[in-house]
Amino acid sequence: MRVAAAWQLDVRPAGVDGSGTLLIVLGGRWRIDQDLPSAGTLKARLAAPVRRLGFDTSALTDWDSGLLTFVTGVSKSCAEQGITIDGSGLPPGAQRLLAMASAVPEQKLAGRHVGRQGIFAQVGEATLGFFRGAPQMLGFLGEVVLSLLRLLSGRARFRARDLWLEIEEVGPRALPIVSVISFLVGLILAYLGADQLKLVGAQIFIADLVAIGMVREVGALMTGIIIAGRTGAAFAAQLGTMQVNEEIDAYKVLGISAIDFLVLPRMLALMLMVPLLTLYSGFIGMLAGLLVSATIFDIGIFEYYTETLRALEVKQFAVGLSKGTVYGAMIAFSGCLRGMQCGRSAEAVGHAATSAVVTAILLITIAASIMTIVYYQLGI
Amino acid sequence: MHEPAHIEVRDLSMAYGDFVVQHGLDFTVNKGDIFVVMGGNGCGKTTLMRALVGLQRPAAGSVLYSGEDFWNAEQEVQQRLKRRLGILFQGGALWSSLTLAENVALPIAEYTGLPPARVDEIVAFKLALVGLAGFEDFYPSELSGGMKKRAGLARAMALDPDILVIDEPSSGLDPLTARRLDELIMELRDSLGTTIVVITHELASILSIGNNSIYLDTESRTMIATGHPQDALKNGHPKVRHFLTRGGTA
Repeated sequence: MRVAAAWQLDVRPAGVDGSGTLLIVLGGRWRIDQDLPSAGTLKARLAAPVRRLGFDTSALTDWDSGLLTFVTGVSKSCAEQGITIDGSGLPPGAQRLLAMASAVPEQKLAGRHVGRQGIFAQVGEATLGFFRGAPQMLGFLGEVVLSLLRLLSGRARFRARDLWLEIEEVGPRALPIVSVISFLVGLILAYLGADQLKLVGAQIFIADLVAIGMVREVGALMTGIIIAGRTGAAFAAQLGTMQVNEEIDAYKVLGISAIDFLVLPRMLALMLMVPLLTLYSGFIGMLAGLLVSATIFDIGIFEYYTETLRALEVKQFAVGLSKGTVYGAMIAFSGCLRGMQCGRSAEAVGHAATSAVVTAILLITIAASIMTIVYYQLGI
Repeated sequence: MHEPAHIEVRDLSMAYGDFVVQHGLDFTVNKGDIFVVMGGNGCGKTTLMRALVGLQRPAAGSVLYSGEDFWNAEQEVQQRLKRRLGILFQGGALWSSLTLAENVALPIAEYTGLPPARVDEIVAFKLALVGLAGFEDFYPSELSGGMKKRAGLARAMALDPDILVIDEPSSGLDPLTARRLDELIMELRDSLGTTIVVITHELASILSIGNNSIYLDTESRTMIATGHPQDALKNGHPKVRHFLTRGGTA
């Protein structure tokens, strides 16, 4: 919104002898929403022969910060040129506000880097940041392990209510999304198997593929990724906001371990619920496989059922459950770590949530690979 | 030229669900007033502010700016009225992803379309006014609580608003900075004719800067006094005198 210019600006020498005094005559309306002249336009006039500068504002009708910023700009140019400025011609209110603005000198803060860094500097910073982050992560891991040990020896303090709330939040409330994803993944596995097994006329083995695939690997992996996105991010955001509100500091100064109080219930909730969800996910996946086999590939329901029973052994469940437990721990670890490391701003909370999910998925994938190799070597 | 009163509040009630925070508020703020809203903790001062600035619809009653009823106006009218307000929130409410300069520049750039160089000049001047010259490139998270508050004031004043609504200006400030802020508030009124609504329970501020006030009572949930704070101190309602003397007179 610009208002038509109604300002007047005139510069003329004052006095009759031309003693180097310049008078700035300001008139009309000088308000912030106008297209006012910049102080730079006067720069050429504020040079060598001028020694003093005064103002005449008798024709000024209306002013606000628009006038004040202009005068500030002129003062700055004058200071550079060594010109004395006489503000007595300005409206008294303007004089007082200008005095207030210059009462606290500008802070020149050393070491404040502004602007973009070069690519090499950025890569370097990121690398250093990563190596600085690793000990932090290990330190946090150590604290969590100590806290778990305190729990086993019955000395960890947290409220049972918190644990139940977390269990409800991460378990039952995640059932709908876990159901949908597991059903669709089971369906995909069945189709994938049907296509390949048709070549050797062994479509009945769809049941083995779906059962072992879902119970052993895919159920845990899918559940892990869902919960990382759903709960891991929530943990980071909760703890991050607590960090912003100094709630975590409040625990610390009271001598209450924030790890016991905040991290432990979340860790336990996920280590208990993710394996259960994994089991549930496997069951839903097999149901999807059964449905596809019976309706699309003409495999009898009873045949599919007995084949599934034949394929599944206790060890498949043990593998699935162990993976679920480990993934749960990974998710809780990443979520809480990023939450506790959170900075003190809204942006930092968002960053913590993102970083929690990325870290959790990375850790889950690494753990999945290691466990698969180890179980294979052990022949489980 | 007779102008309608600057801000008129008529029979205003505010409630959260069934819980009535304040009812029957009736007062007028004239142009150039420094109007103090006082009251104990939890009496509804901040809720009143939210109703005044258009953040929370009151349960009943009206808020009029120069005769225009805010809550019954069209959205465009509300937008135009809001443009006349500058608000300083209790915690500063600076946008954490922007630097101080960007925080102050945003309202100016949004509403005026001035060239960037002019905007920078205005930003530098506003920050200097609150004593934060040189902090342009800092993020709010790098500042102390008192500095955030002052930066919030710089943002509230960015557009030289007609009306400045300030929630707890001096909480978290050292006495000297608090006094400087009070002086700045008075100067804004004197030089630019800004009308200022201050929500505070800082006695020194109430008595030195206010020229009109209301007192919101916690028990009866309504206003029990209005007028110049000095008068309220001398011969106001006993509760108000009790408040203004920190419990000195019962």
